[in-house]
Amino acid sequence: MIRFDQVTKRFADGTEALKDVSLTIPTGKLTVIIGPSGCGKTTLMKMINHLEVPTSGDVLIDEQSIKDRDEVELRRSIGYVIQRIGLFPHMTIAKNAALVPTLKGWSAEKTKERVSELMNITGLDPETYLHRFPLELSGGQQQRVGVVRALAGDPNIVLMDEPFSALDPISREQLQDELRNLQQRIQKTIVFVTHDMDEALKIADHIIVLRAGKVEQTGSAHDLIHEPANDFVRNFIGQDRINRQRSFGQRKISELSSYYKQAKIGELVVSINSSEDVEKAIALLEQPQTDVLAIYTNEEFVGYIDQTSLLKAVLAKEVGASSYD
Amino acid sequence: MTDFLETIQSRSDLIQQAFFEHIYLSFVALAIGIAIALPLGILIARHRKYAEPVIGVTAVFQTIPSLALFGFLVPLMGIGSNTALIALIIYALLPILRNTYTGLTSVDSSIIEAGRGMGMTRTQILKQIEFPLALPFIMAGIRTATVLTVGIATLATFVGAGGLGDVIYRGLQSYNNSLVLAGALPVALLAISFDLLLKWVEKKATPKGMKTQ
Repeated sequence: MIRFDQVTKRFADGTEALKDVSLTIPTGKLTVIIGPSGCGKTTLMKMINHLEVPTSGDVLIDEQSIKDRDEVELRRSIGYVIQRIGLFPHMTIAKNAALVPTLKGWSAEKTKERVSELMNITGLDPETYLHRFPLELSGGQQQRVGVVRALAGDPNIVLMDEPFSALDPISREQLQDELRNLQQRIQKTIVFVTHDMDEALKIADHIIVLRAGKVEQTGSAHDLIHEPANDFVRNFIGQDRINRQRSFGQRKISELSSYYKQAKIGELVVSINSSEDVEKAIALLEQPQTDVLAIYTNEEFVGYIDQTSLLKAVLAKEVGASSYD
Repeated sequence: MTDFLETIQSRSDLIQQAFFEHIYLSFVALAIGIAIALPLGILIARHRKYAEPVIGVTAVFQTIPSLALFGFLVPLMGIGSNTALIALIIYALLPILRNTYTGLTSVDSSIIEAGRGMGMTRTQILKQIEFPLALPFIMAGIRTATVLTVGIATLATFVGAGGLGDVIYRGLQSYNNSLVLAGALPVALLAISFDLLLKWVEKKATPKGMKTQ
């Protein structure tokens, strides 16, 4: 477990990148740190391998402060994948991938075995690629090597700083899927920084939402979608994504405002607040004593809705039309 | 033409001695120049706030006309090969220093951060990453310095340090065009052949993986 205890980071120019942040990153899970640019997410991550040092507060790995650990030894025990890949262009793939094992003084045999194993897992044929140079590979292949390099020293923790953001959409999707599968096999503690919410929702076990150096919410993708802590989180995830991930019944009636009718159809009217779930509206309309619902927002009448209009709304949502926003 | 060949034959002792003096001056100056400029370049690449003043000072030396620099040194150092060597070293510094600095500072910062993040020490980063990647630049600087030094060493004759300048000067004084040529031609050939040789070395120094760029 990685624990941040009241961590503040102030840079020389006075900007506060992190403000009194306390949080835990669970062992063996893929934790995504997400937030808009400049929110301090990369700073937060770099504190784990001591590339950034807290101005105050402490970072602990398994309850041991990283201040008490040798910097170089600490970094060698933590895998690190960076955004712009950062492979060494003058070294072969074999040498790049074997960097940390070499630094740690592993035997050549053990190193080779480990690298080949990881290359196979990430879908790079060792025979083909080991003797090539990074610039002879595509971006996606290079970042696969970046992942192999990070895992080669058999770290318990792997830090990934927007590792897929520079890749084309197809490679990015592929690598996200592969990372997910890989994580299920190896069960490392992965800390993954991104600004891409789709990526976060897709791969994360655990998400930390940051804004302006403060934690806005932590939880699973499910928690974020169903219980966004505040408007910032809701907007950052995006109503669209929330809807896509949520079943129709869990949406608010107010989201169907374009299907409201102004004329009353039928006799039996029941009132309902527009902040209720669609599910509740359906349940009411199923009852024989209800023909139509009168919808109120803040005590003010806004329109009627009946089974036909609900059905239309469902159909429209199914084909993906989003006329409500 | 026959004059020229005769001159070479009759003055072969002088020309040979001057030739070796010339090579001696150029290479001792270069070796010392590299020994000073290379570590200094690494140092200012580490502490960049000193880079501009240090490079600035060497650049000022560079702008002093070479003959004037020899002139300045004579009252201080007297005449002899040491005076010539100091002047040549001063000229060799700037290209090597500047290229070492540029080479080291132009290494992609993300590559260095990757190295740091994976637990490489500063020395390991310098030896295994920065230096190999900066080597083509450094070699280019040494090449420039070599050509420069071989050329300027011709002036060493004025401080009594010998070299092929001696031959040229004697030829000029005695209106002996053949003798002038017998001194000038080897200097030109030396400069050109070292330039070509070092160009080849520079190419060899480019890390294999970088050539696909």
